[in-house]
Amino acid sequence: MMPQRLNDKGVLMKKVFIAIMACIAITGCTTAAVETDYGKTMLNLLKSEFTSKGPATVERMLNQDEVQKICSEYPVERTEEMTTRILESQMKSVKFPADGQYLGDWKKGEQIAQNGRGMQSSDPVGGVNGGNCYACHNITKSEISYGNIGPSLYNYAKLRGASDEVIKYTWAKIYNPQAYTDCSSMPRFGHSGILDEQQIKDVMALLLDPASPVNE
Amino acid sequence: MKLFLQSIFTAYLIHLSVFAFAENSSTDEIAKYRELLADGNPAELWEMRGEELWKKKVAPKGASLEQCDLGKGPGVVKGAYVELPRYFKDVNKVMDLEQRLIQCRKTLQGLTHEQATKAHYGSAGNPSDIEALVAYISAESRGMKMAVSTKHPLEKEAYEVGKKFFFYRAGSHDFSCATCHSVDKQRIRLQELPNLLNKEDAQKSYTTWPAYRVSQGEVRTMQHRLTDCMRQQRLPEPIYASDTVTALIMFLAKGAEGGVYDAPALKR
Repeated sequence: MMPQRLNDKGVLMKKVFIAIMACIAITGCTTAAVETDYGKTMLNLLKSEFTSKGPATVERMLNQDEVQKICSEYPVERTEEMTTRILESQMKSVKFPADGQYLGDWKKGEQIAQNGRGMQSSDPVGGVNGGNCYACHNITKSEISYGNIGPSLYNYAKLRGASDEVIKYTWAKIYNPQAYTDCSSMPRFGHSGILDEQQIKDVMALLLDPASPVNE
Repeated sequence: MKLFLQSIFTAYLIHLSVFAFAENSSTDEIAKYRELLADGNPAELWEMRGEELWKKKVAPKGASLEQCDLGKGPGVVKGAYVELPRYFKDVNKVMDLEQRLIQCRKTLQGLTHEQATKAHYGSAGNPSDIEALVAYISAESRGMKMAVSTKHPLEKEAYEVGKKFFFYRAGSHDFSCATCHSVDKQRIRLQELPNLLNKEDAQKSYTTWPAYRVSQGEVRTMQHRLTDCMRQQRLPEPIYASDTVTALIMFLAKGAEGGVYDAPALKR
């Protein structure tokens, strides 16, 4: 039995190999190969047609990290392996505050949530970035101009509590949302250097401080 | 006119914030505001100026643009816009309207590239010839159906490159076009975002550009619109009338196929 099986396998492998070779020879068949070419054409265009301006640089546009690469190539669905690779690597990137203090000033957090400035080609280099949280989230009752790309954060701590677990989860989620959701639409505020540690603390307070209007 | 419109708009925004109505009704109100102004679109002034510029003889060659081939033969303006971008044999390249206009101004009128692209984005006191020409030419496709071709290999390439760009996530914020424009009924703040992968939304968006932008007091073209998206995406700046933007326009124009063209429109 065994030799026969091995033999079958050998024949099968040979057939597959021939089929693949024929496919490549006759049609140059893989669509993946064709797509790669379009990707290359696009990158060459980006290289020749864009110029760095303010904080938005050509280098940063061209040098995608692994996450950006996978999410560009597979925007809708990814293999389990890809998902795991993203979640694990991005979780490792999360830096928790060294002093163990997670909550800053919710009033400053509100200003950061309102502020949409920063990192655009029209912004100054080294300026203070906003978080622009309201662009995508409902956060407080008084601000009716909010977007809906992300879930509502109104009553954030009222609904979830403010246990150590919730606090650490929230920190990591703001620092690098791809630690929980691969190819999330949300920017990696800590990981990508959009907000600094103190700013994240202030946004944390907006969500978790019982005195914050989020939890009124 | 511009100041008047802006003051109406500002008054309207104040009105919006005073009456803190529910989210749906506020977007409805913005739609009403648009309707209110749609009858008298200042873009008509750009269209008229564009027609004059099209027919005006310009040095050094002393020629008008009336022999410019926008794809349907020299001088044919009617219906040209709904078939652009397209492949042009004389340059062996896919061009959108703005690239083609620059080409015609250079070859027919003898302008340098710098002269042909001068003040491509107009501002107060510094009007753009290109924006006026684009307003005139696009208006000549009003009521026609979007019918861009991807048959030529270079047209197909532009489409595929544009599609690649649409999904390309990069920069400090990881944004691609798809981040904001691939899901139905999404909003940034109160601004509704068209899902450009949904035919109905794609048609509605594409067929209403170029547009007179009340907030800027100018008619803005598709190159301008997409370049400004890239700024908000935290990408660096493309040169004016780039092939990258043309490729993206190709992808979006194809996605809007069959949509009835209705621009220059009026936008916030």
